[in-house]
This record gives sequence, C-alpha cells and structure tokens, in this order.
Amino acid sequence: MLATQRTDKWWIEPTLTAFGFLCFVIYTTWRAFSGENFVADNYLSPFYSPLLFENPAGHGLDHSWFGSWPTWVPNWIPKSPAIFILIFPLSFRMTCYYYRKFYYRSFFLSPPACAVEGIKQKNYKGETGFLIIQNLHRYTLYIALLYILILYYDGYHGLFRDGTFGIGIGTIILLINPTLLAFYAFGCHAFRHLIGGKEDCFTCPAGNEKIKYKAWKKVSLLNSKHMLWAWASMIWVALTDLYVMLVSKGVITDLNTWNN
Amino acid sequence: MSERKFSVWKGTPEGGKLHDYSIEVDKGMVVLDVVHEIQKLHDSNLAARWNCKAGKCGSCSVEINGKPKLGCMTRLNEYGEDETITIRPIKTFPIIKDLVTDVSWNYEQNKKIAPFKPRERDADGNHRFMQRDVDRVQEFRKCIECYLCQNVCHVLRDHEKKNKFVGPRFMLRLASLEMHPLDTENRIEDIKKEYGSGMCNITRCCTDVCPEHIQITDNAIIPLKERVVDEYYDPFMKLYNKIFKKSKLRIYIIKSYLVTLR
Repeated sequence: MLATQRTDKWWIEPTLTAFGFLCFVIYTTWRAFSGENFVADNYLSPFYSPLLFENPAGHGLDHSWFGSWPTWVPNWIPKSPAIFILIFPLSFRMTCYYYRKFYYRSFFLSPPACAVEGIKQKNYKGETGFLIIQNLHRYTLYIALLYILILYYDGYHGLFRDGTFGIGIGTIILLINPTLLAFYAFGCHAFRHLIGGKEDCFTCPAGNEKIKYKAWKKVSLLNSKHMLWAWASMIWVALTDLYVMLVSKGVITDLNTWNN
Repeated sequence: MSERKFSVWKGTPEGGKLHDYSIEVDKGMVVLDVVHEIQKLHDSNLAARWNCKAGKCGSCSVEINGKPKLGCMTRLNEYGEDETITIRPIKTFPIIKDLVTDVSWNYEQNKKIAPFKPRERDADGNHRFMQRDVDRVQEFRKCIECYLCQNVCHVLRDHEKKNKFVGPRFMLRLASLEMHPLDTENRIEDIKKEYGSGMCNITRCCTDVCPEHIQITDNAIIPLKERVVDEYYDPFMKLYNKIFKKSKLRIYIIKSYLVTLR
C-alpha cells in the first residue's frame, strides 16, 4: 500500500482534505445530537431546517412546522430535531461527484493520489458493487433543490422579528447560506446533465439555440468551479450554525436593526 | 550549461534497473532532450519512443519522478537543481525494452467500440449540424493518444481490471460518439456492461495527467455515467429517452419539421 515512485509531497492534498472534512463531520455530529441552541429569535440554524418539531424542551416552537416533539418517537432516538432531516442534505453531498473524488482518495485510499498505489483489493468493483448506490445522486439533487427554497425561506424569516421588518448580521449570514448552496447544487454534474447535457443536439431541429443550451452553458460555468462551491457552501453552513448557536447562548450579540 | 544527475530505467520484460547518468544541460531543455543526449553520448542502446517533440504525437509518455508525463513537454527547470530526475517507462503496460512499452491493448479496445453511424442525409444530400453542437465533441478530439490517462487510471494500473474497464481514453471516445449530433447508434448498454463505466470511481487522475488538458472526468466520463443512470437507474428518464431520444419517432419529427421549413 502507498507504493509510489513519486518524489513530490503527494500526501499533502489528501491529508488536508481529510482533515477539513473530518472537522466538518465532527462539528456537524456534535451539533446534530446536541438538540439545543439552534434558534436565536428569528434565526434558525440550517442544521435544524426545516424544523419539523420543536425539541422536547420546547425550543424552537416559532419555527416548527408540526409543533411539539412527537410522543411516538421512541426514547432511544436522540432528542434532537436535526436527526429527522440532516440525512437529506448529507446524502446530496455524499453522492456528489466531487465529494466522491476526495473521500475515495482521502479516506478509502482508492487511490490516495495519482500514481500512488492504494489499498489492495482482491476484487475491486468500483461503483458496481455496494457503491452502485451513488447512482441515486440525481434524486438527492432534487432534495437539495428543495432545501435551497427552505433555507431562503429561513433567510426571509430572518427579516422579520415579532412582525417588524429589519435586518441583522444573522439575516445576511442566513441568506448567503442558500445562495452558496444554490451555486453548488446548480453546478452539480447531475443538474448539468438534466438541464441539457443529455442532449446530443442543442439546436435541433431548426438550428436555433434553445434555452436549454444557454442554461447548460451557464451551468457548465458553475460546474467548472464545483469544488470551490462544494467547500464554500459546506464551510458556510457550519459557520451559520455556529453563529446562531453563539447568539442563542448569548456569547455574541447580533448587530441588527431591531435592538440597535 | 550545467551538469545534472539523471536516473533512467533500462531493462526487458524479464527485469531491469535504474542507470545513473550525469548530463550537461542547457536552459530550456526538456526530459526528452536528455534521453537523446544519453543515447548520443552515453548509451546508444537506450530504447525510447518519440516522434514530434511538440506534445502532439503522444509517443514519449514516461514517468518522471513517478509522475506520468510527456518527456517532450517536461522542462528540466520544473525540478530542483540538485534533484536527480528519474525516468521510468509507464507502469500499466508491458515493457518491450527500456522506456518503450507495448500499448497495443489500447488498440484492441478501440476496435470494440461501435463506430460512428450517422443519421440519413437531408433531402439535398447534405449532413447539417451547428458548430455549437459539436463544441463538446471537439474538446475530445484534442486527444493525442499518449495513454497517460490509461496509465494512471488505478482500475487498470493497480487493480489490473483491463478485462472490465476500457479506460478513460476510450470513455472519451465513447463520449465523442454518443454526444455527436449526427450519430444514431446507442452504446449505453455497452458503456455499462462491456466498457465498465461503473468501474471508474472518478478520482480524476486521468484529467490531472492529460497533457491536452481535456476535462476527461467532468466532460466525458461523468456525462456518460449520467446517461447510464438515465437508462438503468432512473425510470422516468428512461421513458423520456424511449420517446424522444434517438428513436425513430424523434427522427421522424425532425425530418417532418425540416420538410415543413422548406
């Protein structure tokens, strides 16, 4: 394993990528299971959005879609509203073609870097065995598109506190979050295929450009920076949650037009 | 002029080893120039494949300090002055002699691919398509068949699944045929079953080493994987394709439309 003739520092990229992603996973897991400090007035953490139920302590009722924590939920399930929804955006990222590249490299060592031998596998199957599940990516894309709308709604909600229109740092942070997610999702390879890439001829039958061609060109532009949007949106969603948590705990004060 | 150290693999299919050379080098020299210097001054038996010296024939693929590269496009100033530059043959294909490997397996893969099958000509005997419809395909035509992508692909290189995957170069060729506006052949079933699109786990090394900077993964392999998804994992898209894509009905609609225009 890791046999190579390469003399450069090939291990830096996969190590840094693994470290960055691991930080995100640890933070997300901690926050998802904590089940508290996800609401600060009219700001809702994206890790808990859509908030289907308030938490058992009654936190988040203003944002909750279906009211109180349901009695039918078994006791062994962690009492955090995030556990109902976090799997959906996560599934989009985990089946994303960019994420696949980096976790196959950084975590599965298959291969860790170009021209570096990875883990020996007796019967390598690529994405034909269990990993055939990656083909569900386009369905997870549909969910991600829905999330963009939901998160924009949260941003919109962040413009009103007790019925009064205003704006705060939190509102801006909440609105940037779905925007970055949109750049990421609309530059996704599956979206690029569906929007026009699946066509063999963009101008048939009359020789005129169709809207789908123009859309495909724009999506291709986003797609060329897919890695950038993947990281930017991932880091921002964690920062958004961190901001809401810190405001909720009273560690920092949100600058806004309501209190100032 | 300065003297630099080089280490070049020499051998046969039975085995070989690195040989060290000190070569006088000049500004602007590339690795292939050094190979020629060695042949001229030190070792006339050293076998190396080359042709154009301009990065267009794809003959001089080697591994330089472990990285798959074209000898003629790799300048010596990419490396530290005290660094020994090691030149080895590409790993994935069998050695013939020294830096020359037998890449004929690739030609066999090419033969397996169903050729271009254009739709019928228009009534005036012409084939018409717009430039923007073939822009995608023209990127793939830049391929110089250096086989660096085939060499670095871990499915072929480490897992030796040459019987299960045709490799990035031929996924590129398949994409150039599948995306062509005139082509009517459907290769999707073969792309999945025969050519092994599922074996690729898109770690993008093929794109990283491509000397023509073709976006092999983003523009060829992933779009083909998505077309396989249309056909095998997305029942709604399969139905859409059955009705509208490369079907007799679609061709009939296009022809009728063109007749109406005239």
